[in-house]
Amino acid sequence: MSLSSTLARRAAGKTAAPRRQLRGNARYAPTLATLGLFLAMFAVGAGMYPSFLSGQVFLNLFIDNTFLIVLAVGMTFVILTGGIDLSVGAVVALSMMVAATLLQQGWNPAAVIILVLLIGSTLGLAMGLIIHYFDIQPFIVTLAGMFLARGLCYVISLDSIPVTEGFFTGMAQAQIPLPGELFISPGVVLALAIVAAAFFVLHHTRFGRTVYAIGGNENSAMLMGLPVRTTKVLVYVLSGLCSAIAGILFSFYSLSGYSLAAQGMELDAIAAVVIGGTLLTGGTGYVLGSVVGVLVLGIVQTFIAYDGTLSSWWTKIVIGALLLAFILLQRLFTRKTG
Amino acid sequence: MNEIVPVVEMTDISIGFPGVKALDGVGFRLFQGEVHALMGENGAGKSTLIKALTGVYTIDSGTITVLGETKRFAAPAESQAAGISTVYQEVNLCPNLTVEENVLLGREPRRLGAIDWKAVRTRTREVLAELHLEHVDPGSLLSSHSIAVQQLIAIARSVEVNAKVLILDEPTSSLDAGEVAQLFGVIRQLRDRGVAILFVSHFLEQVYEISDRMTVLRNGKLVGEYLTRDLSRMSLISKMIGKELEALAELDEAPARTRARSGDGIPFLETQGLGRKGSVANVDVSIHPGEVLGLAGLLGAGRTEIARLLFGADKADEGLIRIKGSEQKIRSPRAAIDQRIAFCSEDRKKEGLIGDLSVRDNLVLAMQASRGWARRIPRRTQDELVAEYIEALDIRPANPDALIRNLSGGNQQKVLLARWLVTHPELLILDEPTRGIDIGAKTQIQKLVNRLAAEGMSVLFISSELEEVLRVSDRVAVIKDRAKVAEINNDGVSVEDVMAVIAGGTQ
Repeated sequence: MSLSSTLARRAAGKTAAPRRQLRGNARYAPTLATLGLFLAMFAVGAGMYPSFLSGQVFLNLFIDNTFLIVLAVGMTFVILTGGIDLSVGAVVALSMMVAATLLQQGWNPAAVIILVLLIGSTLGLAMGLIIHYFDIQPFIVTLAGMFLARGLCYVISLDSIPVTEGFFTGMAQAQIPLPGELFISPGVVLALAIVAAAFFVLHHTRFGRTVYAIGGNENSAMLMGLPVRTTKVLVYVLSGLCSAIAGILFSFYSLSGYSLAAQGMELDAIAAVVIGGTLLTGGTGYVLGSVVGVLVLGIVQTFIAYDGTLSSWWTKIVIGALLLAFILLQRLFTRKTG
Repeated sequence: MNEIVPVVEMTDISIGFPGVKALDGVGFRLFQGEVHALMGENGAGKSTLIKALTGVYTIDSGTITVLGETKRFAAPAESQAAGISTVYQEVNLCPNLTVEENVLLGREPRRLGAIDWKAVRTRTREVLAELHLEHVDPGSLLSSHSIAVQQLIAIARSVEVNAKVLILDEPTSSLDAGEVAQLFGVIRQLRDRGVAILFVSHFLEQVYEISDRMTVLRNGKLVGEYLTRDLSRMSLISKMIGKELEALAELDEAPARTRARSGDGIPFLETQGLGRKGSVANVDVSIHPGEVLGLAGLLGAGRTEIARLLFGADKADEGLIRIKGSEQKIRSPRAAIDQRIAFCSEDRKKEGLIGDLSVRDNLVLAMQASRGWARRIPRRTQDELVAEYIEALDIRPANPDALIRNLSGGNQQKVLLARWLVTHPELLILDEPTRGIDIGAKTQIQKLVNRLAAEGMSVLFISSELEEVLRVSDRVAVIKDRAKVAEINNDGVSVEDVMAVIAGGTQ
């Protein structure tokens, strides 16, 4: 018995060995692939359209997508725990509606922003609590959250509400000059600050490491005595908060509130996170990867705009194809690494 | 021993699940600086006792005291805070994180609110060095290490908190001899430091090698507490299974081969040059009705792969399969089942037992599926059949309404077997049917294989334990490096002979 099993285990051990090297590289591979893809697309664009190769085109990717970057940050937390949040697009729309309505009634912009952030966080908290305490699929709970938030938008108004308040219009037009005649918007600074904060939280706090641990093996995390419950709920609060911030940023960008705004934006956010290298099963991924994911989506749009002859729906088709390609890529890596 | 206060004392502990009394008034004491083995068959209540102590289950009645202080654990974190650390059979760490993160997760040293990664590295190095694991890179991913090293890392995690009690639940079930020796070195080192260690294992020899005392459970009740050196192996086994020594001796002899060897006539199943790219190649086997063919070989030699080809779980891309003399393509499990082939895979958790249904429902599902959905099985027939299988396979508790998930691993295995048997297969493929189950249940399954073959069923028996393969099989096919290398008629063949065949040709 002992001899045979010893031999047997030796043999098993040998077959396990070659897997190791793959695993080490595989950790960063999807994110690096995304970065490579982005650079390649930029290079191709520069080859096709001479004006593509400019700093401002690159910076516009950020300016036009601040809200998506912030959404992707919140979504990265959620997906890292192995969950999903489908409500973010609707919460963005709700935030815009609430902000536009209250501003129209003459509220102080600071009070409006605080209230919007509170609404977003509270919705996230409610969904997180339901997901945890009733042990229901995040997919279903956040789907319900999505309908609720979108429904509330229609209750507020069916029509588009313009924003004319001074602070918001100021933010819409503000430009922060950079050397070389380049500029960014204040929203970009805020979005990048949020990314930096998220990076710090994920990699340098116990909360962040618990997020990864839950995604790796929730049962183990529980048995290790980690605060699984609190962390899981907080992740949805963060996502709700990020959605509200994104709603404010989108208001700066579009200067209106409209019930039908941000339709399907939750899917863009999920796509950006997945293309950025985060595994949908949780536990592996980087918030910086999600930012690159957003940039890839942005550059696809820029391409279509430069071309001028293609329908803008091609953006969706290309994003769909990329998403599929990256999920297949992930599958390939996870399968090889067993 | 009475003048010392036990580190852990559990008194009159009871835990029940619907239909099952998992623990019934059990007492347990654990002292500082001892290795204490918790012994019992599957379903005796070992896992439940451990889960009560680690806060995974809450107790229905009884008291738990740690160092004289009464505790009620409602969550694993509370048990850990009281100084109790557990290393489970399936390593409960996070494979996606690094070694150092796993060792310190939740307790990372911090500076100004941020994790101090430098201190994490230093601390992990210290702990690993204490356990003589200097060769493990703290920054490497946990999943890059073997199960053995992962288990030691899990122990390192409990060393890091200065645990007073370390619970090791089947820590050696996937380790080789050298790794076991290393683990035992660490256990002794911790024991000498005053840690109280609770050790659970199915390997009797290991229990005798490492433990100082043992507590024996049977059917959720306490049998007794003994000094290891005072209790012989035979009397331990008789206490575990509750039978007298003579009965035991008989059990041990029972599975000896008595059937006449078949071999003539048309085999039920025959393969020629069967293979699959990247899996196994050139497999020729034949199994006659009433015959047990054993597959012997090392783990990873290709035994399971062959079983999967025969069952259609993987598609063969070369060779052919003949069933009762006529060539058949088996492209899917469905096709295999239509040919009356049944396959109990080694992974019983994923095998399709439905945990939330009762023993009866699980069996009836299989029966109903084989009869077709249109013809309902009368309740009386159901009851009779279920009772028959519960008795034939000695499923415990013998309660058809007990939920599957509340049964022990060995009993789940029996239900799984029963599920296939109700479909009356002509070929039964058993892949590691006795892994992780105790001696009593093991003998029962071996006897059952004998009986099924005597009734005319063909059986393909796969096991890592050569003794078992030889005890059960008429012929043994030796698998090595993903191909069949020899076939031996099992008359007076010894384990050494088979080992020689496996070892042969490696030079």
